[in-house]
Amino acid sequence: MKGIATSSGIGIGQVFLYKEPEIKVVKQNIEDIDLEINRFEDSVNNTIEEIDKLYKLTLKNIGESEAEIFSAHRMMLEDPEFISGVKDKIKNEKVNSEFAVKEVTDFYVSIFENIEDEYLKARAVDLKDVSKRLLRILMGIKSIDLSTIDKKSIIVAEDLTPSDTAQMNKEMVVGIVTELGGRTSHTSIIARTLEIPAIAGVKDITKLSNFGDSMIINGDTGEILLNPSLEVIGDYEEKTRELADLRDKLLAMKDKESLSKDGHKVEIAGNIGTPKDIDKVLENGGEGVGLYRTEFLYMDRDRLPSEEEQFDAYKIVAEKLGKRPLVIRTLDVGGDKELPYLNLPKEMNPFLGYRAIRLCLDRKDIFKIQLRAILRASAFGNIKIMFPMISDLSEVREAKAIIEEVKMDLRQENIPFDENIEIGIMVEIPAVAIHSRAFAKEVDFFSIGTNDLIQYTLAVDRGNQDIAYLYNQYHPSVLNLIKMTIENGHKEGIWVGMCGEAAGDKKLLPVLLAMGLDEFSMSASLILRARNDLQRYSKGEIRDHLDTLLSLGTSKDVENYIDENILK
Amino acid sequence: MYREEMILQNETGLHARPASILVKEASVFKSEISLIKDDKKYNAKSIINLLSMGAAKGDQLVIEAEGEDEEIAVKELIKIINNLNG
Repeated sequence: MKGIATSSGIGIGQVFLYKEPEIKVVKQNIEDIDLEINRFEDSVNNTIEEIDKLYKLTLKNIGESEAEIFSAHRMMLEDPEFISGVKDKIKNEKVNSEFAVKEVTDFYVSIFENIEDEYLKARAVDLKDVSKRLLRILMGIKSIDLSTIDKKSIIVAEDLTPSDTAQMNKEMVVGIVTELGGRTSHTSIIARTLEIPAIAGVKDITKLSNFGDSMIINGDTGEILLNPSLEVIGDYEEKTRELADLRDKLLAMKDKESLSKDGHKVEIAGNIGTPKDIDKVLENGGEGVGLYRTEFLYMDRDRLPSEEEQFDAYKIVAEKLGKRPLVIRTLDVGGDKELPYLNLPKEMNPFLGYRAIRLCLDRKDIFKIQLRAILRASAFGNIKIMFPMISDLSEVREAKAIIEEVKMDLRQENIPFDENIEIGIMVEIPAVAIHSRAFAKEVDFFSIGTNDLIQYTLAVDRGNQDIAYLYNQYHPSVLNLIKMTIENGHKEGIWVGMCGEAAGDKKLLPVLLAMGLDEFSMSASLILRARNDLQRYSKGEIRDHLDTLLSLGTSKDVENYIDENILK
Repeated sequence: MYREEMILQNETGLHARPASILVKEASVFKSEISLIKDDKKYNAKSIINLLSMGAAKGDQLVIEAEGEDEEIAVKELIKIINNLNG
């Protein structure tokens, strides 16, 4: 069996089949109205207590933003219209609380679902979730409690809700397999945060497996083995041990410098999306942050983040990094990354459209707030500013002029900031790579964004499965553009980094080293392996291969050449 | 009873965060407070109610309160609604 690999690692354990108890509401006529209303009120209080517990548990075990959902649940349970709606029904129709709760819930859910608004649709889900909990308490149904898991178990479920993951005994959970969801669903995100191997989108797995079956899952490949032989279990146990050994060996690299075999030093940094991610980067020995994606501050909410909110989010990371560099990329939204509250028009070609720096230069009000927050935070660490989606030098000039305006304001208000803050750009549009010499004269650094650079150079939509085979980081044109960018940067005396997926690619590491890349920024989990691999390669030796490599005809030729002549 | 009319200026109307801010502020007052849109009454202390009214920018609203602090409640809430942004 196979599903979507969502959280890496191998899990070996017993199946803990998690099915939600079925709740069937039956309409009953009641005699004593007061008694019924008391019963309803008691249940509401008990439900609130349960929700408060979940709030605290989640806050402690997972995080603040994940806990927030339970405050929303509580607000709904305390809603005067909801409460009086249920009570009126009990009084006027002489029905049981369960039936009244269900009717009132259904009424509001149908209103929410009929309004064309993503936010309200999500609230309908919340309301259903709260009401289910209330009904369960009213009916005295015990829920299967994931906190009671006491053997090494793999949870098998249709999907898990925030309530479920909050209660989970994470010491004993060695894997999670769900029928629904994908890489970005709630369960997957939590699994990655807690470093529990997980696989999603496995059809019918709750029907195919039984409580207590033995199971092996591979969160890197999406493979699931149900009731494997003892021999296979043995093999996998050995594999996990090897992985753990490798991990120990890599951890020894944590505080070492990133040096090639012939003593050339580079910087290996991490990419982050939220302030919390910085801990992972530091645990893995990151020498800085080469890409702080700030768009997450703007997403999944209904208004722009305030200057203070942003300042806090930048400052905390800058402080944790101390002297180590923190490259903050300004807002990169539009196109595929939508912000509903900006009401951006739908586009035919979002990747070529109104996004990132183009949007920021048009909406200076939004841009200035972010720049102010970044500059204020620069007083607390080693911050650098980076602009995404630059295609024309005039954009660089305009953005720099806006930074100057913001600096002027700050000086007048006597607010401290780093006067010499470095300003750089993403090189992700071929036009910039080709003309990089001119750009290098006007910025302090380049960071090559390979994900978009590949997409734009090869004209391949990276989200389209049908043409995914054309999307390739080994394409000789892409590699030539990268080399050109690094060389032009160096000619003008600026440093050049890379923050796309390619920076963490095992096979490209020696090639990029030979081209002279100064900074490699990647997912935190790849940093130690890259530093370990780096020691095997000599920059001088590999440089002799570059001319041959870059004149090869196809991506496949390049990949084969690296395999046969460089990795060896 | 005290009432005043207003026009909603907030870009995203009265949903999501603006609505939950309003509920919290309204709950401070003793009076019963309603928002009236298109002749329909919505309880200003109810998040479910406010969300389901789907008020958008430019909608005409009546704020109405009944109770000991009715006048101040209406005046304060109008101030708060006018200051909502986002």
